[in-house]
Amino acid sequence: MEISMFSKLKKSTTIKTNIIMKILVCISHVPDTTSKINFTENDTKFDTNGVNFVINPNDEFGLTRAMWFKEKQGASVHVINVGGPETEPTLRKALAIGADEAIRIDTPATDGYSVAVQLANVAKQGGYDLIIGGRESIDYNGGMVPGMVAKIIDANFINTCISLEVEDAMVTAVREIDGGKETLQTTLPLVIGGQKGLVEESDLRIPNMRGIMQARSKPLHIKPAMEQSPRSEATTYEKPAPRGAVKLVDTVDELIDLLHNEAKVI
Amino acid sequence: MSVLVYTESENGSFKKTAFEVVSYAKAIATELGTTLTAVSINASNTSQLGVYGADKVLEITNDSLANFDAQGYADAISQAAASQDATVVVLSQTANAKFMAPLVAVNLEAGYVSNVVALPQSTTPFKIKHSVYTNKAFSLTQINTPVKIIGLGKNAYGLHESAADAVSEVFSPSLQQSNTKVISVDKATDKVTIADAEVVVSAGRGLKGPENWGMIEEMATILGAATACSKPVSDMGWRSHGEHVGQTGKPVAASLYIAIGISGAIQHLAGINSSKVKVVINTDPEAPFFKAADYGIVGDAFEIVPQLNEKLKAFKAQNA
Repeated sequence: MEISMFSKLKKSTTIKTNIIMKILVCISHVPDTTSKINFTENDTKFDTNGVNFVINPNDEFGLTRAMWFKEKQGASVHVINVGGPETEPTLRKALAIGADEAIRIDTPATDGYSVAVQLANVAKQGGYDLIIGGRESIDYNGGMVPGMVAKIIDANFINTCISLEVEDAMVTAVREIDGGKETLQTTLPLVIGGQKGLVEESDLRIPNMRGIMQARSKPLHIKPAMEQSPRSEATTYEKPAPRGAVKLVDTVDELIDLLHNEAKVI
Repeated sequence: MSVLVYTESENGSFKKTAFEVVSYAKAIATELGTTLTAVSINASNTSQLGVYGADKVLEITNDSLANFDAQGYADAISQAAASQDATVVVLSQTANAKFMAPLVAVNLEAGYVSNVVALPQSTTPFKIKHSVYTNKAFSLTQINTPVKIIGLGKNAYGLHESAADAVSEVFSPSLQQSNTKVISVDKATDKVTIADAEVVVSAGRGLKGPENWGMIEEMATILGAATACSKPVSDMGWRSHGEHVGQTGKPVAASLYIAIGISGAIQHLAGINSSKVKVVINTDPEAPFFKAADYGIVGDAFEIVPQLNEKLKAFKAQNA
């Protein structure tokens, strides 16, 4: 009995010193949060005119957490994007923040499933332990890619992840639930859908000149896409109907009356 | 062929969203000329689902699903869908439903569209409208797969009664041991959550400091509302991140959203866009929120909110 306990202990100590976590951070290239949204070509295409593209905010919280694993636990961090050459500046920014290598799967991002298939293929071949995505991209808001990647590669999955610790391949994570949070324990390999809370807003990094210079010489691999037909496709877009003007009132009595009798919400 | 709907419950009781997704799924089943089967997990009183049109209810009772487990729930629902030869599967967009929907989609080799706001525009081809760009636009998306999964946005369809039999059947999925364990759940049981709330009272930097939130909490209590806040307020630590509403925070699809001392940054407005009626109280008549609101009062929150609370109390007492 004592011997087996001892050998168990020894084993876990060995793992601790040997494991170098391989992290893959999935980066969506999205219009920044202040962008005005317009469409062209008979409302079938997003109008990129004058739009500034950034790392999807939910992914950036995850990338920043990955930097912590790199600096404190020696993890390696690769970033990946599915998209055309126009997305490369966003990947270079991730390299400037501190990722070691970048991968671009050379195909336009279509439906969530097709993107997940491309990411899963790289995740599997690269033997990554931890795959970090965002809970949703702020353009399509599909909220499905990380979960699909996890299912395809048969990894564990935690969505709306707001805290993540990894010790000896044991994972302790917190996820946001409706009205609170839940602490979970699981194992690697793991995929998360991350968001604010993984790190704080104030922890986000603006690339400095040295980072930007280094990023230029870091590898950015361009990989061909696997063949995959889309399971769904956007046909047309529309914007919400313009609102009527606000009704300004002077007294709280008027407001209560309108909410009760006109809007019928109280 | 049939339509399957997952009806979410908490501590055995159905959530309001469960009745909404049943109402919605019934309309699709009628359009397709087929029946509607609901699936419930550890819920009681499933005959209630008949009120909104469930012809049949597959009741799953399983201790290993006592805590939400995305993998286990996804497998259970996928097996239920396969057993019914379902071609359309409808889910809500609660945190748990969003968590497991992509897993169900992979299991069923189905196309999945989230944040759906209306009934399908057509069923052959299957085209459906959903919100994108954080409520700044809609997309009409065509699903190409034989099985379709629809994530219906909260309050997008409402409750519609349509009497049906809700014939109960026991369903026993075969489940694998989960690799993920719930260690603890931290949830205020006495507070209305933003996800469930019909009314949300939200406040911003105009309140000047966390010590002034008493009157916001009071209004929420009077109205049975959830409390929320703007991004700067949660960034400064005045309120918890869980209350942050907007593009990188929570979306709000309430019947009534009351914004107090919030100027209305584009990211905030995007997050609340699917709320039905918006009220703004702000000292600055130029605040962008006035362009997005239905009703507004230009004035000092510290004067108006206490008055409003008194009058609302009287109103509630009268209309109780």
